[in-house]
Amino acid sequence: MKVMKDLYYTKDHEWVKVEGDLAFVGIADFAQSSLGDIVYVELPEVDDEFDKEEAFGAVESVKAASDVFMPIGGKVVEVNEELIDDPALLNSDPYENWMIKIEIKDKAELDELMTSEEYEKFLAEEE
Amino acid sequence: MDGRKTPLYEEHVKLGGKIVNYAGWLLPVQYEGLVPEHEAVRNQAGLFDVSHMGAIRVAGKEAEKFLDYLLTNDISKMNDNQVVYTFMCYPHGGVVDDLLTYKFNNEEYVLIVNAANIDKDYDWIMDKKEGFDVEVENQSDETSILALQGPEAVNILQKLVDIDLSEIKSFYLRRDVKVAGINCMISRTGYTGEDGFEIYVDNEGVLKIWNELLEVGKDFGLKPAGLGCRDTLRFEATLPLYGQELSEEINPLEAGLKFFVKLKKEADFIGKEALVKMNEEGLKRKMVGFELKGRGIPRDGYEVQKDGKVIGHVTTGYMSPTLKKSIGNALIDINESEIGNEIDIMIRNKPVKAVVRDRKFLQNR
Repeated sequence: MKVMKDLYYTKDHEWVKVEGDLAFVGIADFAQSSLGDIVYVELPEVDDEFDKEEAFGAVESVKAASDVFMPIGGKVVEVNEELIDDPALLNSDPYENWMIKIEIKDKAELDELMTSEEYEKFLAEEE
Repeated sequence: MDGRKTPLYEEHVKLGGKIVNYAGWLLPVQYEGLVPEHEAVRNQAGLFDVSHMGAIRVAGKEAEKFLDYLLTNDISKMNDNQVVYTFMCYPHGGVVDDLLTYKFNNEEYVLIVNAANIDKDYDWIMDKKEGFDVEVENQSDETSILALQGPEAVNILQKLVDIDLSEIKSFYLRRDVKVAGINCMISRTGYTGEDGFEIYVDNEGVLKIWNELLEVGKDFGLKPAGLGCRDTLRFEATLPLYGQELSEEINPLEAGLKFFVKLKKEADFIGKEALVKMNEEGLKRKMVGFELKGRGIPRDGYEVQKDGKVIGHVTTGYMSPTLKKSIGNALIDINESEIGNEIDIMIRNKPVKAVVRDRKFLQNR
């Protein structure tokens, strides 16, 4: 299972990459692997605001639909349109292919997330 | 993961199967991937381990009489070695299970039932057999079952049997067929909408047959196939799944399966009175097909609305691998069931436009 360093992770296998007051959000390798071939991605609109742990979109394989939750609260400033036409990008590289870019509401919420080392431990326990 | 294993569990793991717990059984939802396996069944062939399903033997002097009472189809009209699809219903018309009835002769039958319902079905049958001269035996634990499905299925299986498979017609069985030298019962049946065979064998023999089929099947493009594509295939073929299109609350008439309920047969059967009445009074809701016009994937349980009012729910929905579009079945208010009617499928609290269509998805793509 691939885990990228310098990202924060949630128990639901979302990741956050912080760049100043902004952040990229996506799903981790474990999530895309569990789902299988992804055939559909639902993304929010720009300017939508979500709280931490609120569902902001969904990722679907033929077999199942999975909500994707905000690791931290924020306002959507950009969505990755490429995923609409080519959902399989999330399978090929779930870290390169971010889902949304947000303006962070409260940086303190990052403290509640797992570091890459903590997430690796978490994955080992899940197996 | 907790759960029961079929004799082929290790093979599924070896083949890279993604194991899930289905009705208490550890089975692969897919190996290579749902879509390639689905396409293999439609274009070449796929091999499924369906040993989790149940087999209940009903035998005795009054076997035919009992089954004609227990089941909705006309059992008295069955030929020896014929297989019919039928239901066991509750007195109110709801469904206990949908199943295949295999007739060996007037005094010996085997019912092939859904894995999730084996215990419920067995208890129901034991209860209802009071007063009939029959014996009932649950053979599920000793019976392994493989489903070989697809246009190449007959060519693949022919390599491992001595009989001429073209002699076995659709919905007929043959006992004592040696497959890879092992004694089996086979039937020309399946749950995919393609030609194919289901192979019934003792637990000791299934591994050899599984491996030999995969081996001779290589030249034909045979792939092992999991539970994931089993559901997408049957859905496209307009076949129901108990728990979604049928249940204690959804009767066969509502599900559009009246053909398998012989209301006019002479014998009384459990649920006959209620179903006859429903048929005369007219249904209040009906199973329809629909096609999504907006973006999204409809799934079982999603609400169906019309002008902001709830009119029913999706029973099965998928992004169909063969049709390559989002389609589904929905159980809705009969007044909204006309083909061409525009409805809304609620996906994550947002209405997505859809249109009612016929359910013959494979024939009318």
